[in-house]
Amino acid sequence: MASTRAAAQPAFGLPPARPEYLREVVGGRDIGVVQAPLTLWQRLANQSWLRKGLVLAVIAAGWETYARHLNNELLVPTFSSTLEAFGSGFASGEIPEKMLNSVTLLLKGYGAGLLLATVFTSLAMMSRLGNDLLDTLTSAFNPLPAIALLPLALIWFGLGDRSIIFVLVHSVLWAVALNTHSGFRSVSNTLRMVGRNYGLRGPRLIAKILIPAAFPSILTGLKIGWAFAWRTLIAAELVFGVSSGKGGLGWYIYEHKNMLDIPAVFAGLFTVILIGLVVENLIFRNIEGATVRRWGMQT
Amino acid sequence: MSVPPGPVPLLQVDGVTLQYKTEKHLVTATYRVSFDVHRADRFVVLGPSGCGKSTLLKAVGGYMAPTEGSMRLKGAPIRAPGADRVFVFQEFDQLLPWKTVKQNVMFALESSRKMRGKAAEAQAMRYIEKVNLAKFADSYPHTLSGGMKQRVAIARALAMEPDILLMDEPFAALDALTRRKMQDELLALWADTHFTVLFVTHSIPEAVLIGNRILLLSPHPGQVKGELNSSGDDPVDPATGRKLSDRIHEILFADRVEEQEVMPHG
Repeated sequence: MASTRAAAQPAFGLPPARPEYLREVVGGRDIGVVQAPLTLWQRLANQSWLRKGLVLAVIAAGWETYARHLNNELLVPTFSSTLEAFGSGFASGEIPEKMLNSVTLLLKGYGAGLLLATVFTSLAMMSRLGNDLLDTLTSAFNPLPAIALLPLALIWFGLGDRSIIFVLVHSVLWAVALNTHSGFRSVSNTLRMVGRNYGLRGPRLIAKILIPAAFPSILTGLKIGWAFAWRTLIAAELVFGVSSGKGGLGWYIYEHKNMLDIPAVFAGLFTVILIGLVVENLIFRNIEGATVRRWGMQT
Repeated sequence: MSVPPGPVPLLQVDGVTLQYKTEKHLVTATYRVSFDVHRADRFVVLGPSGCGKSTLLKAVGGYMAPTEGSMRLKGAPIRAPGADRVFVFQEFDQLLPWKTVKQNVMFALESSRKMRGKAAEAQAMRYIEKVNLAKFADSYPHTLSGGMKQRVAIARALAMEPDILLMDEPFAALDALTRRKMQDELLALWADTHFTVLFVTHSIPEAVLIGNRILLLSPHPGQVKGELNSSGDDPVDPATGRKLSDRIHEILFADRVEEQEVMPHG
């Protein structure tokens, strides 16, 4: 091969000359492993619920150890006594009742908020003036924490469900309207043109093209609106939840704090977290899985 | 009435000037462009970037009205978008991501109220088979490659059996090999049904290959520089002794030096 090397010695600044060659490639069957299943351990480690469950278990264990070490039920009750309080509160029907009250109220406020958001977004889609109206209102009210309206709500609607629904609407409306509207605006021009090409206009274009195309944003709005509403509700209930004679979870927490029944306070907080997790991980996660993730619009 | 006036063109574009407004300017995209497209034509509009060829196609699609001149399809003036002129765009997002391949084609048929239910499904499957995607009929667009997405868009457009197919650089976003393959497939589809297509491109080799008639537009604002015939295999013109693509290049870039587009072809 010495002579080849001599021949390949290139002139200055030029690549070496090389002979051409062609090869046969082996078939996939001869290569061996092209695709093999993962081991059981690898598959388990890929399950996010399992990993998260492990994290939760570690936190619970840490909590239990610390609380036992502190040995002061009034400051930090143990994990086990919190569970116990949760269990007895559940068994006595107190927690389910408060839960039902809270969630019913929440759904009323959430529904009313969504309805109003639809009205505002439709106005914004239909005219430039409506667009300006929504822009101005969202930029003014979105940064305003709903709970700050509570004193005013009390004066306008008095103690009771109606003032809570008022602040809930406020907490849902702007987040949902803002996201839906910006979702509509970011629908690609190509998709709009496709819709019009096949004879869609007006409400049919909105229903068949704009809403599904903007669905990732709409869903984000719904999630943010839900989270805002849930926090606002618990905070509002802490202030005057019992007014209508049947308090919610916020009131449950407040009441048991007054009775210095701290494990029950923790159990109340635990329930609030639990409901938040269920809605986020069961309801919204499943909606996402069946829609935007299935469509490849969100990963 | 002794002499019949030749075949009546399917699409007549007559002295069309197109203008659109940007934030700060009024832009003239084309200036007094005229051409006729006949039935079964593969009519290519060719010009450099910014010659208003896409704007011209949008106007034929009914998305914008000319400031001057007229456009007629089968003798009737074009006023609005309609399912008798179906678009195939360059962008992959022309498919509805929330619908499967089959649903995308059916969506077109049902939205335009051309067909519904079982009839729409059968029609959709017929054209999906024509573009060799039957196996992917129930796949969502995001699982398909770019070339496959464009084939779905073509199937959707052909299933509508429009008077004229409007293709706006449909293969420009594809890699060179896929692009070459798609060009051949389009020609095979044409050989099958002899549809009429108005095809916009900035690639000379693509124009020569796809078109039987090529309209040359000058750069900004677009004006007609000529119309040439093409047989697809880039023949040498006996009169000048040069290839068609070289002639086109010379006509288009007579007064400007521009980077030549390299496109392996043939």
